[in-house]
Amino acid sequence: MTEQIFFFIFAALAVGSAIAVVSLRNPVHSVISLMVCFLQMAALFVLLRSPFIAVVQVFVYVGAVLVLFLFVIMMLDIHKASMERFVSGGQLGVIGLLVVLVIEMVLIVSKSKLAGISVASVTHLDGSVREIGEALFTKYILPFEVVSFILLVALLGAIVMGRKEVK
Amino acid sequence: MFELFISNPLVLMMIEVLVICIKVVVVTLVVFSLPLPLTYIERKVAGHIQVRLGPYRVGPHGILQPLADMIKLIFKEDIIPYKADPWLFKIAPIIAMVPAFAVFATIPFGEKVTIPFIDKEVTLYISDMDTGILYVLAIAGLSVYGIILGGWASNSKYALLGGLRSSAQMISYELALSFACIGVVMVVNSLSLVDIVRAQSGWHWNILYQPLGFVIFAIAGLAEINRIPFDLPEDEGTLGAGYHAEYSSMRFAFFMLTEYVAMVSMSVLMVILFFGGWDGPGFLPGIVWFLIKVAFIIYVIIWTRFTYPRYRYDQLMTIGWKILLPLSLLNILITGLVVI
Repeated sequence: MTEQIFFFIFAALAVGSAIAVVSLRNPVHSVISLMVCFLQMAALFVLLRSPFIAVVQVFVYVGAVLVLFLFVIMMLDIHKASMERFVSGGQLGVIGLLVVLVIEMVLIVSKSKLAGISVASVTHLDGSVREIGEALFTKYILPFEVVSFILLVALLGAIVMGRKEVK
Repeated sequence: MFELFISNPLVLMMIEVLVICIKVVVVTLVVFSLPLPLTYIERKVAGHIQVRLGPYRVGPHGILQPLADMIKLIFKEDIIPYKADPWLFKIAPIIAMVPAFAVFATIPFGEKVTIPFIDKEVTLYISDMDTGILYVLAIAGLSVYGIILGGWASNSKYALLGGLRSSAQMISYELALSFACIGVVMVVNSLSLVDIVRAQSGWHWNILYQPLGFVIFAIAGLAEINRIPFDLPEDEGTLGAGYHAEYSSMRFAFFMLTEYVAMVSMSVLMVILFFGGWDGPGFLPGIVWFLIKVAFIIYVIIWTRFTYPRYRYDQLMTIGWKILLPLSLLNILITGLVVI
């Protein structure tokens, strides 16, 4: 009961701030709304009994990624950016895209395998750090290593592209 | 009748909630009022290091000086610069302050104590999270927002430069800080702060097992809380005052408050991770040892401020990325080899 009340508070704030991200004119205000949205998502993860995911969400997205966003946006010309339209091509195209996305969402939620899984069926996992670590290094070792390799390649790629040509 | 009332599950739950609320209020009030004595101590220590007396006029030995300063700050005019972003300018000090306080949600101050009269066991921490240390590092990392937004919203070049510097600095040193904590976590085999302290009981303090980790943590911690020799975001020589150049009155006071609270939380974290928390000889209760250790580390941080000059900005980045980060990786490697 109490949990449901908290869920609705967090969910409403998350949706509201997500709408604010795309509707606010000032890019810095958008980043702040995105930060609020991510924090609410972290709170939802806590409600789903996975504090580790929640903390990582705050650590990686709010603590690092968004700070870098802000860092770049602060160097932009805010007044020019807030005058420009986000999507060119009139309102009809935007509404059409919105309708397609909504239909897609409904289909995914109702038809996919995920729809059948209830929260009660996964409660044997308590979401502790130990459990996640064991799962990552035994059952999911191959995807884990592949992901870390891709990240390493991306990092090297960024360095190579950012480096000035030395003759 | 009373026994029946006490054993009712709903009443028990209400008592639990009430205990947590009281703990939250007590911790917040204590942390909120700590900057008052800390400003006084800082100025007195500065005075004596520089062979002068420090504040001396208000009250005996100037002991009421912080109160006078507080009254002055409350009654000053709250100026919002023309062309500043008013909304962000107003909330930036609050965004800075909230994470500094939220850190204390998982900080353990001692083991369980039994409250007399009602005979109830109360833990001296608000919550013992499974991911305690990660939570503290993640939330502490959020305090950079207040500084960046305050700097940007002021619409002043000095404040903006201060904000940019601090965001680059805090992101760089957060890496080394977190990596230094990984060494401790590997030794202790747990992320919970309570478990970390328990594993160190009986003089098995982590500083003995993680000397390199401690040095990295101390240096990166100083940079993370913007203290000299790493206080580039408020370098008055080149930036006027830094990110809070345009702030006045209570909004300025909130930024100062945040800095002092960050200093306290960094000292507390250092005691928990490396100095055994409340572990100490038995003739004093654990919480007293805890407070003595924290007070000593705060004193050392203040001492450092009036002993060392400030680094140049490129030196700061060199130390962070080329020295501390490789050293912290080396520390993890050594710890891994020894532990396994």
